Amino acid sequence: MPRRTHIQTTLNGEEIDFLCEPRQSLLEVLRDELGLTGTKEGCNNGNCGACSVLMDGRVVNSCCVLGVEAEGCDVVTIEGVAEGETLHPLQQCFLEEAALQCGVCTPGFIVAAKALLDSEPDADEGRVRHWLAGNLCRCTGYDKIVRAVLKASEMEEVSA
Amino acid sequence: MTTTEKPDYKVIGTRPIRPDGVEKVTGKALYGADIHLPDLVQGAVLRSPHAHARILSIDTSAAEAMPGVLAVVTHSDLPVVADKVLDMGEGASTASDMSKNVLAADKALYRGHAVAGVAATNVHDALTAIEAIKVEYEVLPPVLNVQDAMRDDAPLLDASRHTKTPTGEESENASNVAAHNRFEGGDVEAAYAEADVVVEREFDTKMVHQGYIEPHNGTANWNSDGTLTVWTSTQGAFAVRGALAELLQLPVSRIRVIPMEIGGGFGGKIGVYLEPVAALLSRKCGRPVQLTMDRTDVFQATGPTSGGHMKGKIAVKDGKITAAEVSLAFEAGAFPGSPVMAGAMCMLSPYEVENFKVDAYDVVVNKPKVAAYRAPGAPNASFCVEQLIDELARETGADPLQFRLDNSAHEGTRMITGVAHPRIGQEETVQAAQASDHYQSPIEGPNRGRGVAGGFWFNAGMQSSVVASVNPDGTVNLIEGSTDIGGTRAALAMQLAETLGIEYDSVRPTVVDTDSVGHNDVTGGSRTAYASGQAVYEAGLDIQQQMVARAAQLWECEAEDVEFVDGALRHTSDSEKTMTFAELAGKQMETGGPLQGRGSVVARSPGAAFGVHVVDVEVDPDTGKVDILRYTIAQDVGTAVHPAYVEGQMQGGVVQGIGWALNEEYYYGEDGRMENASFLDYRMPTSLDLPMIDTIIVEVPNPGHPYGVRGVGEVPIVPPLAAIANAVHDATGHRFTELPISPRRVVEELHNLQ
Repeated sequence: MPRRTHIQTTLNGEEIDFLCEPRQSLLEVLRDELGLTGTKEGCNNGNCGACSVLMDGRVVNSCCVLGVEAEGCDVVTIEGVAEGETLHPLQQCFLEEAALQCGVCTPGFIVAAKALLDSEPDADEGRVRHWLAGNLCRCTGYDKIVRAVLKASEMEEVSA
Repeated sequence: MTTTEKPDYKVIGTRPIRPDGVEKVTGKALYGADIHLPDLVQGAVLRSPHAHARILSIDTSAAEAMPGVLAVVTHSDLPVVADKVLDMGEGASTASDMSKNVLAADKALYRGHAVAGVAATNVHDALTAIEAIKVEYEVLPPVLNVQDAMRDDAPLLDASRHTKTPTGEESENASNVAAHNRFEGGDVEAAYAEADVVVEREFDTKMVHQGYIEPHNGTANWNSDGTLTVWTSTQGAFAVRGALAELLQLPVSRIRVIPMEIGGGFGGKIGVYLEPVAALLSRKCGRPVQLTMDRTDVFQATGPTSGGHMKGKIAVKDGKITAAEVSLAFEAGAFPGSPVMAGAMCMLSPYEVENFKVDAYDVVVNKPKVAAYRAPGAPNASFCVEQLIDELARETGADPLQFRLDNSAHEGTRMITGVAHPRIGQEETVQAAQASDHYQSPIEGPNRGRGVAGGFWFNAGMQSSVVASVNPDGTVNLIEGSTDIGGTRAALAMQLAETLGIEYDSVRPTVVDTDSVGHNDVTGGSRTAYASGQAVYEAGLDIQQQMVARAAQLWECEAEDVEFVDGALRHTSDSEKTMTFAELAGKQMETGGPLQGRGSVVARSPGAAFGVHVVDVEVDPDTGKVDILRYTIAQDVGTAVHPAYVEGQMQGGVVQGIGWALNEEYYYGEDGRMENASFLDYRMPTSLDLPMIDTIIVEVPNPGHPYGVRGVGEVPIVPPLAAIANAVHDATGHRFTELPISPRRVVEELHNLQ
């Protein structure tokens, strides 16, 4: 068995550590070692965005990041987006606007959209469409996803 | 929204949040690949690097000896199965073909065809081990399109296959054409002789994939008592159970299929690929085994839909379509079973066509065996017919929507199958598109054009079964067996709430495994909201009836003196005697015990769906890129149970159609290797490629459903291919008869004109 490396990181606000092989992606570590299966694998080569997570506030495809690269980082996954029982405005708007059908791309979209609204709370439709172009959805045609993100951007909690 | 004779519903027509919504936006919902079982091991599948090859030998000994490897299986581990036809719900296959597709027998018939499976303590060891399996191949020349496959001297995928001809006989010579069917009516030649205008063209489309974001997965545990449990993301848990029973020769009662949440299907997650291999591996190693595909496997080794070649000839006299002759040849992939018959039966169904001759050829080629894909067969066939209709409208100086309206089918019009349409909304749908703001607004500017097209899909009925248990607090648990791909838990809960006159939130639906509910056919054929909805309605009536009897018991009167109205029980002549649903629900113990309603249906009146699309495009003559400027869909949905989810189905279907029209194709090298088996190179539409997609919900209730529901999900993908081709023609003056209308093709064809 390849030698495993000890990694310390902040995951969804909590300081944690884990062991991983150098060849394991962050996606694999999250899903298989840490049991956080909310982050999805759609292509495993950075094309679909289903595995989007935030690393130090920046959205990354966790399939293209090695687990060992998480050392010392602040990682946020879909499991860390809501605050307790209170959904993030993006999550609430995705539900209200019917922005998910099968739901498998949804965690990636919400994480990617959060990164956008965290830095650009006034993003318009064109900006939202551009930002989310790295996340594939095959069910919705994107219409309701874009509307949900725009609606969330208008909510106080995000703009504040 | 166009509404005819719609009753005053309380729950139907509202837009509540789906019961599974919070789990799905918080990452807690468990999809097939998310299941982690005690002692679980991982596996990998060795796939053929050749598109067509005889398998001379397989030596697994080196792989079996590797560290971490627990089991290796090949086709020889599968029992011999008969040539029995397995109807999977959307497309049938023989058990023997399915068995050879799951693990190749004597021949590998496409690149990516599974040859062996390995289970190991982790996925990395399994992936290393499959490389140690030695397979000796005799490489054969592949056939990669229908024209080549239909030649007399074509290499044969199966030398024992003969064509089933329209007369029911078998062809004398072996052939790659598995079946030739014909529909014929009237006298096309006489109609052509008298016609004002006749147009005739040939069309080609390429193989395309459903493109669901979740790759296939299958987890199996073969218990020591000979029972098998399977966790998988499937559109039909019972279809998987039935297929596994045949492939593994087990009684269905010994197999439990647990449907996990599913990350898209569109018809492509009905058949089995990994599940039987995981089951065999589990039997061999005695531990639960999980297999997942990577994206390349999904493209190369699951079931896309057919490309094909089409010839059409349509005649018009005095503004009326008088004759249509269409020949369709569709790729089935490695085994028979393309959707060519469905395409043939759909393409002319929006119109009255008295004289017709339609030929349909099902052709095997060295590509993956096709599976259903949203209105299977209809988009390709409509790409041919709806462009010819556009051309006829232009040549006769007619408005393309008015031309379609003047030729529209209506109640009583016979389709080419001889079946007469019941009450349909084709005319209302064309009129809604005509009246739309989009169609009423001019299209202006250079290199811009507008196109329209119509489409038809049968919709399916089939079997559904549900149980509803009334709780003492007046809430209801709905136990159902229909995979929820896009909101059907909500659509079914809403129909039960409507039937019982209770709040939507009072109904809690759960999708259960195959041991826990009666048979349910697939979530496919746009059938779930319709057919499972009908089962739910039956269950609601059952509860109503039982409640009436129980109220009569409490009031010491006859059951006919009690009525169930708006979620309450009333004595018909004594206004003092009333009870709410919840009040009676709280008196179950004293009125006969737990109250359960049951509904089981074979739904036979699905009510066909019609859609009419309007699209504006702009073509960049330098780069060949086609931009979608505006898109409007009008569609008859019968009754929109949850309008937002109905709109979502329409928008999603259209965008898949846009991808099919403009970018998507299986791009093959001469050796039969798919050269674009990734999401980077098989380019599906992104949010950046699209405008908002406008929807017009037309509601012509389906007389075959208690709430008038028609299937919604499939027909939206039918018109976009032709609508966009018609728009590009309007913009450029050039008719594109081959898909996709990609930048390369646009530049090449426009350049060749100059």
